[in-house]
Amino acid sequence: MRKLAFKDEILNRVEKPARYIGNEVNSVMKDKKEIAIRFCMCFPDVYEIGMSHLGIQILYDMFNQREDVWCERVYSPWIDAHEEMKRENIPLFALESQDPIKEFDFLGITIQYEMCYTNILQILDLSGIPLFSKEREEEPIVIGGGPCVYNPEPLADFFDLFYIGEGETVYYHLLDLYKEHKKQRGKRKDFLKKAAKIPGIYVPSFYHVSYKEDGTIQSFFPVEDGIPNMVHKELEMNLQETYYPLKPVVPFLRATQDRVVLEIQRGCIRGCRFCQAGMIYRPVRERDVNKLKEYASEMLKNTGYEEISLSSLSSSDYSHLEELVSFLIDQCKERGVNISLPSLRIDSFSLDVMSKIQDIRKSSLTFAPEAGSQRLRNVINKGLTEEEILGGASLAFKGGWNRVKLYFMLGLPTETEEDMYGIAMLSDKIARIYYETIPKEERNGKVQIVASTSFFIPKPFTPFQWAKMDTKEEFIKKARIVNHAMKEQLNRKSIKYNWHEPHVSQLEGVLARGDRRVGMAILSAYKKGSIFDAWTEHFQETNWLEAFMENHISIDFYTTRERDLDEILPWDFIDTGVTKEFLKKEWEKALKEQETPNCKERCSGCGARKFGGGVCYEN
Amino acid sequence: MKIRIKFSKYGVMKYVGHLDMMRFFQKAMRRAFIPIAYSEGFSPHQIMSFAAPLGVGMESQGEYMDIEVTSMEGMEGAIKRLQETMVEGIEIQGLKKLPESEKSAMSQVKRAAYWIGQREGTAVFQENFFSQKNLDEKLKEFYMYPGEIIVTKQTKRSEKIIDIKPMIYKMEVLKEGIYMEVAAGSTENIKPTMVLKEFCSFHHIPYEEKNIQIIRMDLYTEKDGMPISLGETGEIL
Repeated sequence: MRKLAFKDEILNRVEKPARYIGNEVNSVMKDKKEIAIRFCMCFPDVYEIGMSHLGIQILYDMFNQREDVWCERVYSPWIDAHEEMKRENIPLFALESQDPIKEFDFLGITIQYEMCYTNILQILDLSGIPLFSKEREEEPIVIGGGPCVYNPEPLADFFDLFYIGEGETVYYHLLDLYKEHKKQRGKRKDFLKKAAKIPGIYVPSFYHVSYKEDGTIQSFFPVEDGIPNMVHKELEMNLQETYYPLKPVVPFLRATQDRVVLEIQRGCIRGCRFCQAGMIYRPVRERDVNKLKEYASEMLKNTGYEEISLSSLSSSDYSHLEELVSFLIDQCKERGVNISLPSLRIDSFSLDVMSKIQDIRKSSLTFAPEAGSQRLRNVINKGLTEEEILGGASLAFKGGWNRVKLYFMLGLPTETEEDMYGIAMLSDKIARIYYETIPKEERNGKVQIVASTSFFIPKPFTPFQWAKMDTKEEFIKKARIVNHAMKEQLNRKSIKYNWHEPHVSQLEGVLARGDRRVGMAILSAYKKGSIFDAWTEHFQETNWLEAFMENHISIDFYTTRERDLDEILPWDFIDTGVTKEFLKKEWEKALKEQETPNCKERCSGCGARKFGGGVCYEN
Repeated sequence: MKIRIKFSKYGVMKYVGHLDMMRFFQKAMRRAFIPIAYSEGFSPHQIMSFAAPLGVGMESQGEYMDIEVTSMEGMEGAIKRLQETMVEGIEIQGLKKLPESEKSAMSQVKRAAYWIGQREGTAVFQENFFSQKNLDEKLKEFYMYPGEIIVTKQTKRSEKIIDIKPMIYKMEVLKEGIYMEVAAGSTENIKPTMVLKEFCSFHHIPYEEKNIQIIRMDLYTEKDGMPISLGETGEIL
């Protein structure tokens, strides 16, 4: 019987003790005496969130296929457990072996959103690993991955290395290198030096940054011989043959994503100018539909899940979507399995599918116009017209739906008051379509429209990376304008308008485009007790405001300042394949309200063609 | 066709709560290809019910759930298939086909048997509490006591004052611990810790919950006032 790191007394006291026991179906146990490398994979948020992440499942499976590696998992202990651990001096442990993380060779942390940065420090702190990489000696190598490492600079001091890009390609190489290093009892620095030469690996301690008087970057360069100037993102060009976790770990607790997840493609052809994922995962690479069918059957069998979902950006663009979905509908009916669809473009196909798998009266349609006017939709290159939205809505209303969700952003570049009014007007137009298309006697009550706005946050490696972000006050003002406009609409009683508080957006803005100096503020905020910043009820704005002040960090410098096109940006040393020239051109086209066609229509020369595959070569 | 499954729950699995255990078994049914019946509608669910929820932190040697299956052919080798999909800490003890007229385990359950003892590796709960010489007599004295034992029971909305005396059927010393049979189910239900607490207060012994461990031994229905284990009914598969 496994012995747990927490004694019964603690497990009886904390909320959801199953978060800390491991033992899940398909979790991997090995004999640590026969293992050369112990790797602990971490998602720095609570168990139920972390267990929903496909990336860790892929790497967990891939690492554990090696006989010389045992990959385990750890998630952020919830606040109650955190306090128990601090009080009783219990070091953070991995779920499988229940051994302290400090005994491991690697701690790999996936960094999915900026608001988890303090949780990363929590993980290191509870593990007893020095927070600063320069202070580590015998401790595990701390490695970061995931979308946020496309600007790793705010976290540079806390990580030994970052893996930039998709994990399938060079991890084995890194592990082999480490195994050799361990056998020879090499020095930590020598290992890092060798690792830094592997494509995609960035070792921040080997680079020096200097700043100009105005606070912008003067220079960024490697300080050791043989360390590359640029770090090139890694990506898996052969998605057909690569790893797929056919036996994913099945949690006892209900995870946020509590189902089989089938990743159908990577990348997106659309090129929305605010979207980081759409740029950094280029080019689009599809998975083979027949393989996906096999995976689906196999995974349902191995997990017993009652639900399966498809995962990708813009799933409607997957070439074999119809074939795959029909297959799943047939398969799932037999087994009593539900299908959950990603948001699809609303057309006769998707409505037909939706009517087969959901209760129309309970489900809703989702549109993400992102901007209220056609002018602004051109600026952001959201290839979605008002006719398409209204046409889709009309089709859906005739099919029996009467709930619509709309997603918009406030604070996009060039936004005017007219664009804000456009959000209310578009919502109203959709309501009108309902009352015009559906005769009174056929209506199933009122149409219910829920319009939500989030605040635009410029992200690295997008054409808007130079853009000014709005202040909190501007955001609130804009949300009020929209709210007011909503109240003036004919169908105001059918429309509900939601907006979020802008405090978190502001912080996310600083962290997203921050440089190395921001790291000290993250540390200060953590020391003041900030963790779980992504959880509204735990976000403490004052901690952060004080942290920025104490470290002489101006929020405005990172958020509201529009960057010069020739400024050295903190993330410029990363090559995602998409060139800076292309991003500049897109930024300029945005300001001229010009659209760029999607990758299937025409190649716009973003640079990702150099990877030699995917959509760039399919047409 | 109705099937009753008996299982045990121990070790780390005692921290997986009732609802999560249900979800665990729903998935296990699919992994083991049990021909379980589904309800109608857009999101069909398996026809499965548990006899009585087990509190988080408790182990059990006698848990029961009833399921409905669509074919008996598909049940051949089911116990082995199910056992293979379990995790450490959950063991299938038996599978029985119930008579079609049999009521659900949930509506049948009337009594539960528990064992309470010292938790391993913890500071001793009231020095020699479970091994004291006259424990047996003290227990007898407590549950043979002719008067009422009044407790205040917290429900979701209000407080209820009840006499738990008639809900205690048996108390005796068993293997350095206390074995008890008490009322369980939808009409009358008391927690073993409440009984222990009242026992302590009856004898003016200080009570502390943290160093004890509780194992549910079995669940019973009643026939003519006599307890019958839920595992008795039906034919072995």
